[in-house]
Amino acid sequence: MIEVKGLVKTYGAKRAVDGVTFTVKRGDILGFLGPNGAGKSTTMKMITGFLRPDAGTATVDGIDVTVDPVRVKQKLGYLPESAPAYPEMTVGEFLGFIAEVRGFRGAAKTAQVDRAIQLTHLAPVRKQTIETLSKGFKQRVGFAQALLHDPAALILDEPTDGLDPNQKNEVRALIKNMSAEKAVILSTHILEEVDAICNRVIIISRGQVVADETPAQLRARQPGARLDEIFRSLTHGDI
Amino acid sequence: MRQITPIFKREFLGYFRSPVAYVFLIAFLVISVSLAFSRYGGFFRAGVAGLESYFTFFPWLFMFIVPAVGMRLWSEEKRSGTVELLFTLPITTLEAVLGKFLAGWAFLALAVLLSFPMALTVGYLGDPDWGIIATTYLGAVLMAGAYLGVCALTSALTKNQVISFVLSLGACAILLFLGFSSFTETLEGALPMVVADALSNFSFITHFDAFTKGIVDPKDVIFFLSLMGFTLFLNVVALER
Repeated sequence: MIEVKGLVKTYGAKRAVDGVTFTVKRGDILGFLGPNGAGKSTTMKMITGFLRPDAGTATVDGIDVTVDPVRVKQKLGYLPESAPAYPEMTVGEFLGFIAEVRGFRGAAKTAQVDRAIQLTHLAPVRKQTIETLSKGFKQRVGFAQALLHDPAALILDEPTDGLDPNQKNEVRALIKNMSAEKAVILSTHILEEVDAICNRVIIISRGQVVADETPAQLRARQPGARLDEIFRSLTHGDI
Repeated sequence: MRQITPIFKREFLGYFRSPVAYVFLIAFLVISVSLAFSRYGGFFRAGVAGLESYFTFFPWLFMFIVPAVGMRLWSEEKRSGTVELLFTLPITTLEAVLGKFLAGWAFLALAVLLSFPMALTVGYLGDPDWGIIATTYLGAVLMAGAYLGVCALTSALTKNQVISFVLSLGACAILLFLGFSSFTETLEGALPMVVADALSNFSFITHFDAFTKGIVDPKDVIFFLSLMGFTLFLNVVALER
């Protein structure tokens, strides 16, 4: 579903992403791990077509994002880090706007917005402006926006960041429920999350992939060790 | 190009979702009307049933108020991170640029057209030349668009609204002052005559003046439209960079 080949992005003298390659199939939930600044967000921004890679390609459903970014964006749902949204709009207005940009008009628009609101339990705040929402609700608005067109591939940048334990659980359940027919990439630096929902893990350090395996294989690297110890030994050069 | 509509709608209604629109419209109308009634405008003293004393301040007024509308177009999106949301939706940069620009332009046009009670007033007091009033409104709206093109571009260059405002103000001031002989004479001292001459053609005042006299010269219309086109093109380039 999502195929990433040799992505490179350089900022000045710093190589933020240095030849990242991996594939994600339908039904996969890929946990994208790494220390802060390792290149997780930059990689995701290149897959979603927000940043142009200096080298390499990313394809979604066979479409190259550097060739036809608009068609890739139609297929993707993307939750950027910290879930940006227009603060002066109400939840309903905002999702209506997303639906219109995604080409839904009239009854189809209402249906898609209703579905997204129902999935993310936003009904009680539908008529509230986004600036008045709590962090948990804002995150859910970001989710609703990413899910609105029922995309085949979802890219979520730190979807549970800043949420309380109950909200984290809810978000994880939501991701898990949808995963059967979708390809999901989610970045996180919470290791327990990987155990909780992912069936594959990629660890990235200084812009390079240092591990690409199942959570069980990751554990088997150092039997008896905790996940964070394995994580530290894989990324020790990256401070 | 179908996706311009939702972008336009969101941006245009966005002005009215906060107090910005109301503060702006009221301030604009109060300032512009009081300038016309002041001793510098001489609306009554002129004894002419026309709006020349009202519109004569527009190039100056626009220098301040158009940057106030334009500064948030892109700076705000960049600061709040919504630019990442916008450009991961299935739209092209051109669609986003056009949608936002047209929304800002429509808002400015609304501000200009809300001065219609001034036109009604001269209609009540005397027998104005409605043709001249119509061409003046056309000129003012076109000039607002050209100013806004410049401001949208400077807004795309920075995520700081204050910097964006100051840059826009500077750029608009230059485009305005190019029409004054004292300014162009200084230019002629520093630059070759041909260059100085060519530059003075870029003045907003000279191009706007013809409209206030009832003349719709294609040259002036093309000037404003091509300035918009050029700045919007640079706007796309600046965002795709």
